[in-house]
Amino acid sequence: MSATTGSAKGGFLGWIDARFPLSRMWNEHVGEYYAPKNFNFWYYFGSLAVFVLVNQILTGIWLTMNYTPDAELAFSSVEYIMRDVQWGWLIRYLHSTGASMFFAVVYLHMFRALLYGSYKKPRELLWVFGMLIYLVLMAEAFMGYLLPWGQMSFWGAKVITSLFGAIPVIGPDLVQWIRGDFTISGVTLNRFFALHVVALPMVLLLLVVAHILALHEVGSNNPDGVDIKKNKDASGVPKDGIRFHPYYTTKDLVGLVVFLIVFLSIVFFAPTFGGLFLEKPNFQPADPLQTPEHIAPVWYFTAFYSILRSIPDKLTGVIAMGAAIFVLFFLPWIDRGPVRSIRYRGLSYRIALFTFAANFIFLSYLGVKPPSMMILGIEASSWAYYAMLLYFGYFAFLFIYTAFGLERTKPVPQRVTE
Amino acid sequence: MDQEGVNNSRRRFLAWTTTGVGAIGAGFTAVPFLNYWNPSARAQAAGAPVEQDVSKLQAGQVINMEWRGKPIIVYRRSERHLASLAELEGQLRDPQSQVDQQPDYCRNQYRSISPEIGVLVAICTHLGCSPLYRPELGSVSADWPGGFFCPCHGSKFDVAGRVFKGVPAPTNLEVPPHWFPNENTLIVGEHQEGGAA
Amino acid sequence: MRVLVLAMALMVAPVAANAAGGGGELMDANVDVHDRQSLQRGAKLFANYCMGCHSLKYLRYNRVAQDLNIPEDVVEQYLIWDGSKIQSTMTNVMRDGDAQDWFGKAPPDLSLTARAKGSNWIYTYLNSYYRDPDQPTGVNNLLLKGTSMPHVLWRQQGIPELVHKDGEGGSESDQEATKLKVPEGAGTLSSSEYHRMTRDITNFLTYASEPIRPARERMGVWVILFLLVFLGVAYLLKREYWKDVH
Repeated sequence: MSATTGSAKGGFLGWIDARFPLSRMWNEHVGEYYAPKNFNFWYYFGSLAVFVLVNQILTGIWLTMNYTPDAELAFSSVEYIMRDVQWGWLIRYLHSTGASMFFAVVYLHMFRALLYGSYKKPRELLWVFGMLIYLVLMAEAFMGYLLPWGQMSFWGAKVITSLFGAIPVIGPDLVQWIRGDFTISGVTLNRFFALHVVALPMVLLLLVVAHILALHEVGSNNPDGVDIKKNKDASGVPKDGIRFHPYYTTKDLVGLVVFLIVFLSIVFFAPTFGGLFLEKPNFQPADPLQTPEHIAPVWYFTAFYSILRSIPDKLTGVIAMGAAIFVLFFLPWIDRGPVRSIRYRGLSYRIALFTFAANFIFLSYLGVKPPSMMILGIEASSWAYYAMLLYFGYFAFLFIYTAFGLERTKPVPQRVTE
Repeated sequence: MDQEGVNNSRRRFLAWTTTGVGAIGAGFTAVPFLNYWNPSARAQAAGAPVEQDVSKLQAGQVINMEWRGKPIIVYRRSERHLASLAELEGQLRDPQSQVDQQPDYCRNQYRSISPEIGVLVAICTHLGCSPLYRPELGSVSADWPGGFFCPCHGSKFDVAGRVFKGVPAPTNLEVPPHWFPNENTLIVGEHQEGGAA
Repeated sequence: MRVLVLAMALMVAPVAANAAGGGGELMDANVDVHDRQSLQRGAKLFANYCMGCHSLKYLRYNRVAQDLNIPEDVVEQYLIWDGSKIQSTMTNVMRDGDAQDWFGKAPPDLSLTARAKGSNWIYTYLNSYYRDPDQPTGVNNLLLKGTSMPHVLWRQQGIPELVHKDGEGGSESDQEATKLKVPEGAGTLSSSEYHRMTRDITNFLTYASEPIRPARERMGVWVILFLLVFLGVAYLLKREYWKDVH
């Protein structure tokens, strides 16, 4: 399994290597990429995200073969795929479930970064690339959701594009420009289709490559937040590092199969996931004259949607929602604590992070519910307001806590622990 | 990391087993993606068997039909045509219909179920032009016995769609699956035993 | 590990809450798309009582024959009324314009109703008709007030009367009215027979909204079993290699 570093290899591989850096690339990124040996459960989600991306691209290409991006035909072309095209139902469920799984995996991947300080120096750019991926993924998912041309597709797109109308002066014209019509129409459908299947996937792939290159440049972080490059043996190999292949290829394979069991259980037994992955109103064709009783975006957007709804002023709400996303970009500079891993950080930080995570889930939950719903005698919209404050409060706390030396950390070991 | 005491044969065995099971999984995964390209239920409905009333078809007349995007010619042969079939055998490339261009029940002199009514796919086996039906004696050349003539490259077939020697077309014209639920009705695209074509 | 369990619990919580809510006051149709006999009865009932007005424009007759294990000639005899080919979709002969004139509203296509509104909604709807002389059809529906659809199954069920909580009759505008009562012997079917009949129709419409569902669920079992085997060998391989790591 060990790849030789010699460049003067013979045979077919030698012929290739003289013309293309195949062996070098393999060694750099897989064969001789040394990753810390103490990765835990949270470190599966990077490779899983790549897998889901491949799944989305492949099933997406296949869906494109029978989907018709035309307001008159889009809805029935999806049912055509679901019923008449051989195995079309499976390809479509893989794609629709894959979209939700993509976000699930990415959220867990991001939470891992928060747990172990993976955004801290020297990984700030790695984090920023990751955030860009997340942002493009949101655009990709939003535009993809219009394509089935169901009631939720239509009204979801209408609500989200209306957000741009809150921008002073240019707002209304901007909305019209994005839609290409006076409301969401076939024109909008066509441009979203082009962006969803061609433009954004290319940007996404490019960013993923940049993300992985940046990772391999600085090396992987680990649950102890220890820099393994500081302890190398005589041959320059980190003492706490192991080759990605075969150790993490075999480990990630196990993770992948476990993930597939979850993923395909949903695909085969609960593809709508109780209306959370495929919303009920989306089984009705888009009707521009009739709004569904309750419009909610798909679950992966609802935390930010809650923040939007929690503020009764349109412009402020849109700004708050945008800020909630963009504040994450600046996390490496907001958190000024010297210690990466939660294992050695102050107790207040631990409490704050778990409160933040729980609060994010609570916001997501509120977002799928009507704002008038009562929880413990208080309206959901009021809950959302406090949860919104808590969301931003986390970042304020984090800055004050770390910039003014209030954090009492534990000693960080020299080497990774078992 | 130490590699001492490693059981290499066990590693190889497990690596191959995992690869094998993974390959089976990949094979199963390929099935939906490949089958997705096969004709859908809508395409199959559009290519369903076609029914045709042949009660008014007189000798020398033709009915042009379409089945699965192919031109189908239905025609009634005269007594004289039927009598000529045996005589022509010497001039034909495949008089006994050895080449698989027809369902088994049409592997006879007429290449059809009923001797009078012929059913053929009107696509020349040379390069796919549509041959013309020329039933009249001498209508193509002086010794023309009646049959099909392809204007593109001059291929000639007799009234049973059998190809003549010395023309570019290599095989007889194709006979589509067909049957007669009663003497006035023809169904193209289906065998009598209910099997879809 | 504690962290993990907590995170997982938090992830699942909103899902569980969502699945639990939303049912409201609907009756439970207890549909089972694997119950082929119920589906066969439902298909015939649909053709007899519903298809005059409602289409299933995404479902093909031969698909029904295949999935429900009904011979094609039986389908042609009992399900196809308008001479359509067996390969065609279950659209009906009523023109939208006529429907508009007769009912004031074109009867909707029911291909996806079970997915858009839920099976229990359909079942509850069919069990919520009551006598209301103020309506042009003479009946009203508790679930869908002012529905333009007549009570097609009135001969079978009889026409239920609205009963108040205090046991007296009243008009549909009365908010206190909550219960329906079928007069003794008003219909040709008993109450349980009528429930079975409407359940069969609901079951068939649930199948029609996603014809692949029974096959999908059967197939899923094999997929998961295969993955468990794969998990076994992949884990053994990983453990073997990780013996190197100390």
